[in-house]
Amino acid sequence: MPTMRLSSMLGQRRNGTGRPLHWTDMAAYVYLALGVVLMFGPVLWLVLSSFKTQSALLEFPPSLLPFAQIEVTVSGQPQKLPLFRAKLPDGTVRELAQVRRIGLIAQMVDPADPSQQFRVAIDKREPVRRVALATENYSEPLQRFAFLRFLYNSVFVTVIATLITLLINSMAAYGLAVYQFPGKQAATLAVIGTLMIPVTIILVPVYLVVTELGLTNSLWAVILPGAATPTGVFLLRQYMLTLPKDLIEAARMDKASEWQIYWRIVMPLTLPALAVLAIFSIMWRWNEFLWPLAVLTKTEVYTLQIALNAFQGELQTQWHYLLAMTVVTLIPVALVFVFLQRFITTGIGSTGMK
Amino acid sequence: MSGISSSIRPERGIATGALARLGQVAVLPVGVALRLLDPPMRWMQRIIGARRMAYVFLFPNFVFFGLFVFLPIGINVVFSVTGGTALFPSQRPYVGGDQFAYLFDCGSYLDPSSCREDHFWRGVANTAKFVVFQVMAMVLFSLITALVLNMKIRGRGFFRAVYFFPVLLSPVVVALIWKWILQRDGLLNAAITTLGGQKILFFVDPGWAMFWAVFVSVWAHMGFYTLILLAGLQAIPADLYEAAEMDATPRWRILLRITLPLLWPNMIVVIVLALIKGAQTFDEVFVLTGGGPGTATLMVVQYIYETAFSSQVQNFGLAAAASVVLGVVLFALTLLQFAAARRKEV
Repeated sequence: MPTMRLSSMLGQRRNGTGRPLHWTDMAAYVYLALGVVLMFGPVLWLVLSSFKTQSALLEFPPSLLPFAQIEVTVSGQPQKLPLFRAKLPDGTVRELAQVRRIGLIAQMVDPADPSQQFRVAIDKREPVRRVALATENYSEPLQRFAFLRFLYNSVFVTVIATLITLLINSMAAYGLAVYQFPGKQAATLAVIGTLMIPVTIILVPVYLVVTELGLTNSLWAVILPGAATPTGVFLLRQYMLTLPKDLIEAARMDKASEWQIYWRIVMPLTLPALAVLAIFSIMWRWNEFLWPLAVLTKTEVYTLQIALNAFQGELQTQWHYLLAMTVVTLIPVALVFVFLQRFITTGIGSTGMK
Repeated sequence: MSGISSSIRPERGIATGALARLGQVAVLPVGVALRLLDPPMRWMQRIIGARRMAYVFLFPNFVFFGLFVFLPIGINVVFSVTGGTALFPSQRPYVGGDQFAYLFDCGSYLDPSSCREDHFWRGVANTAKFVVFQVMAMVLFSLITALVLNMKIRGRGFFRAVYFFPVLLSPVVVALIWKWILQRDGLLNAAITTLGGQKILFFVDPGWAMFWAVFVSVWAHMGFYTLILLAGLQAIPADLYEAAEMDATPRWRILLRITLPLLWPNMIVVIVLALIKGAQTFDEVFVLTGGGPGTATLMVVQYIYETAFSSQVQNFGLAAAASVVLGVVLFALTLLQFAAARRKEV
């Protein structure tokens, strides 16, 4: 369980002592620096690439930053013309706009003085470029593909599934943590048992169940099968076991119903553990792949992950859209990461997650 | 009632943080629903008594478990001993162990092409190869990283986050990031040609495809295992190190005589967990290579998925039989995990 591991290292001390540096310290910093490049570099490269125009993406070797060729308006020309730095036969270099290209010869004009025309061999000119973000990579998929629909599907699945998970997992955890009843042992064992059954080995029969429930090609087919997570029950139960029993007894004295005790007393006190489960559920759901891939066959119910996978097959050459969509898919994860960082530093782990 | 709940506040920390506030907004409709549920729940309590309310609380979760875990396990077995193309079990003719016999019909188990269902065995062989290399690389790199992160260095929290970051990424995103870097005109080939080399078509060469499948998988999941090892390292009593330092023991000796032996239980956990996850590898490799070139990186789970859902004839029986086989292997590995965990406690 990642949460436990994560939190168990929260309480450690932080120090930068003034000892003389051992060579292993140096090696450690080199290793870490390489690690930063290797871990963040690819993601950074993805983001940079996603802002390049389609033609810039086809360049080899690729440029680091997204560049775009400058286009200028030249009087007498209906369209904007691309600007080049051309080397003229007399050896001078001038910035010229290209009117048209015929074979290996480009017909060019001086943007300042359109009456001056030049014929330049195409290998004697270079595009004039500046850093420019090709934001159309982000805006165009909105119109050209049902991108917003996929985004909506993913958000819907993530939010609803997380809410259902939090509700039914906390109810079950409450039942297991607070009561003594016949079958408690068996129920706890069943939870541990389901921990061991990954979706990979019950793919086909779950598909049958979902089909029989009439859920194929609906988002509920993605939401429901994974809603009861054994991890969640376990996590919340462990946390609830640490809550003082007197509290519950006192509430019973006050004639609170069992349901009220659950949602007005135990739930608020379990908030730290619920937050952890919420984070993990959001990650699981947002990133889920194999099951949605099996059960969603109609494009309109695709989640982002499935849509991305479908696109990388279809749009082999349309990397500019694919990269931008990948970045969008990554944003919620980046947000959670920022939260998690904060969550590590505030030391929530000391509230019983060890 | 409300007096009790408001007088006992959860400890400061995340509960008071922005995340919790965000959560509260999202949970607001649930709060209303929970309030509305009170009268029926009270009525229920009056009928069955407070103690038996436990069953009411367990009910929804266990309905889900029943429908989507326990029932499917049963159906899986039924599927694996029946044939035909129908999905509904009662329409499927009983074939006994034929599916398994078909899966295991091999001239030689060492040569997948001698098997009738050669894709399954290629999947098994590829998965085995993948798991061996992946687990070795995973243990090695997460150990080094954990050791380094456990040193007294500046910015430790930042570096720890750096290595953990890819764990959160979706497999599809991970695969696409690397596919973009590794493609024919990608960043890596640009670097290679700048250094005077020739472009390499990584996804056309079976060896390279497997290498990158392992690499990308280690890249994506290393952070998780690093955290496990780091937790283990921090559980090692500090006085052991202090004593060693007093004796001016060289660092490599401390590593070999104190750190590694005491970390061994955590290493076993990492190895077994990586084995279990590795045997189920699918998404990253599927998006990265599509199982190719040919069947060079086809994994068992991809075989199951394709047999059941994306081949011309959906062969649910064969897929179920293959998943029963995978399930048995995973079960054995899980027992190993429990054994390892028990040894750790002793």
